[in-house]
Amino acid sequence: MLSSKLTGRNLWIAALVVPPIAFMSLFLVYPILSAFAYAFYEWKGLARGEFIWFENFHRVLFEFPFSERTINAFSHNIFVFFALMVLQNGVGFLLAYCLWRELWGARFHRVAVFLPVVLSTVIVGLLWKLFLHPLFGAVNVSLRGMGLGFLAQPWLGQDSTALMAIIVANAWHMVGFPTLVFLAGMQRIPSEILDAVRMETESEWVKMSKIVWPLVAPSATVVFTLLFVGAFNWFELPYVMGGIDGSPHGATDVLGLYFYRTAFGSMSASAENFGPGSALAVLIFLFIAVVSSVITIRLRKREIQL
Amino acid sequence: MAFGRDGLIQIILIGNSIVMLAPIIIMVISAFKTNAQIFQSPFSLPDFTKVGNLVRVWTETDFIRYLMNSFIVTGSSIALILVLGTMAAYALARYEFRGANLILLFFLAGLTLPLKLAVIPLFIQMRDLGLLDTRFALIFIYVATGLPTTVFILTGFIRSLPNELEDAARMDGASEARIMWAIMLPLVRPAMVIAAIQNVVPIWNDFFFPLIFIQSNDLKTLPQGLTTFMGEFGTDWGVLFSGLTLSALPVIILYIALSRQFVNGMTAGAIK
Repeated sequence: MLSSKLTGRNLWIAALVVPPIAFMSLFLVYPILSAFAYAFYEWKGLARGEFIWFENFHRVLFEFPFSERTINAFSHNIFVFFALMVLQNGVGFLLAYCLWRELWGARFHRVAVFLPVVLSTVIVGLLWKLFLHPLFGAVNVSLRGMGLGFLAQPWLGQDSTALMAIIVANAWHMVGFPTLVFLAGMQRIPSEILDAVRMETESEWVKMSKIVWPLVAPSATVVFTLLFVGAFNWFELPYVMGGIDGSPHGATDVLGLYFYRTAFGSMSASAENFGPGSALAVLIFLFIAVVSSVITIRLRKREIQL
Repeated sequence: MAFGRDGLIQIILIGNSIVMLAPIIIMVISAFKTNAQIFQSPFSLPDFTKVGNLVRVWTETDFIRYLMNSFIVTGSSIALILVLGTMAAYALARYEFRGANLILLFFLAGLTLPLKLAVIPLFIQMRDLGLLDTRFALIFIYVATGLPTTVFILTGFIRSLPNELEDAARMDGASEARIMWAIMLPLVRPAMVIAAIQNVVPIWNDFFFPLIFIQSNDLKTLPQGLTTFMGEFGTDWGVLFSGLTLSALPVIILYIALSRQFVNGMTAGAIK
């Protein structure tokens, strides 16, 4: 009697947990594990060939023309990360600090800053592509209208500004996210601490840099880590705004685009190349996993428990 | 002094809101303009009765088909995520059994895995299963990526529910399935809303997986269809802005109506 009741209970639990586990194993865990294995094989189209040890890795890291493109794309990812650190997380922190005062209209500003976040990256990319059009785009039209016509540029058409233009569009799209994460962190600072600070100093700068900034460290850990992962997985916005080849002349090429082109073929040569593609994916994955763990561990250390 | 400080903060906030909203407003007003009007005076208010561009998007393009596809894919994914996520979370939160912690860890590990980078094996796997260029490919991928956060949110919530109701029902001889369905699940609804919103935005907006797995125009989702559509109407900016406006509007309206839930849902993973 007891044992049959127990098996009945176990069967019920199994019926609950097995289907979700099966789903995740089949479509998340298994593909990721196979990604590691695939990188060690030779690929002919969609067919797996021989086991070739590290040859794919050697190709993408050290052999022309793969190596040069890898380095070019990687350096752009690093630039994107630091630029967004300032434009997205830095600005987000400042905006959160402003919203935190709960001045008149703060609720409206909070809704406004998060509005672009809910839009699809494709919509954002296509919209900014229209705005940045050299002749008819709203950006250049308004520059000319203000008598600043000499500043009008083919923003997405020249090497010097293309990547930065896409970065600015990304910051516009996503700045609301760090803003509201920081704001939530600030709202958790106990009011006794803030009252004590108010007795000590009048300086807003001291309050912001010496008190608020250290106390929102947990929020900073989260948004820094997420930005890092996002910057090195960057794909959709450069794909929509710069195109699959990272035009002009690879100036907006990043690892995500380069991986996609290598694996699934570009406009010019539409041939799958799964070997080097898998090697790239593994390298990007390991790089993100290692560095983001280091970032998380180091930033956790400076968090203060209240 | 205090006024100056608050004044500066107000100026920053108002300036920022203008930067955030202006592109969206320009997008919407441009949807009602002709090319000439857009090029000459991008900021002037249009005649809002001129809906020709919007009608063209609706009738001359596959916009409705893309919209329907997005609804089908997102709706099925969310439904499946909630069903499977609730099953796992309920078992983990309400029963003690061997391996429960291991299973929870398994789901948590899924939080950190970037599936985009496993797209090559996923592609081969979908081909072997005969799912290339079908909606199932997208739905299964979204369910797998959505489950970890959903299980995480729901387990925490279901654990916090009181035991009394459940114990009383068990005393009365109700079956475990009946306890779950009739007594506990109605209480879980608020957490399900958070989990649904957290998943719905990235799935509705996703572009990467349709790009890899969908080739037929009949099956394209809205973000993917938009890029096709932009190519076809490349020189007719009024129609382009109309397409963007029609795609963005449902999400914008939903967000304005439910902004608190959206913010809570989308930052749920980042705020402890």
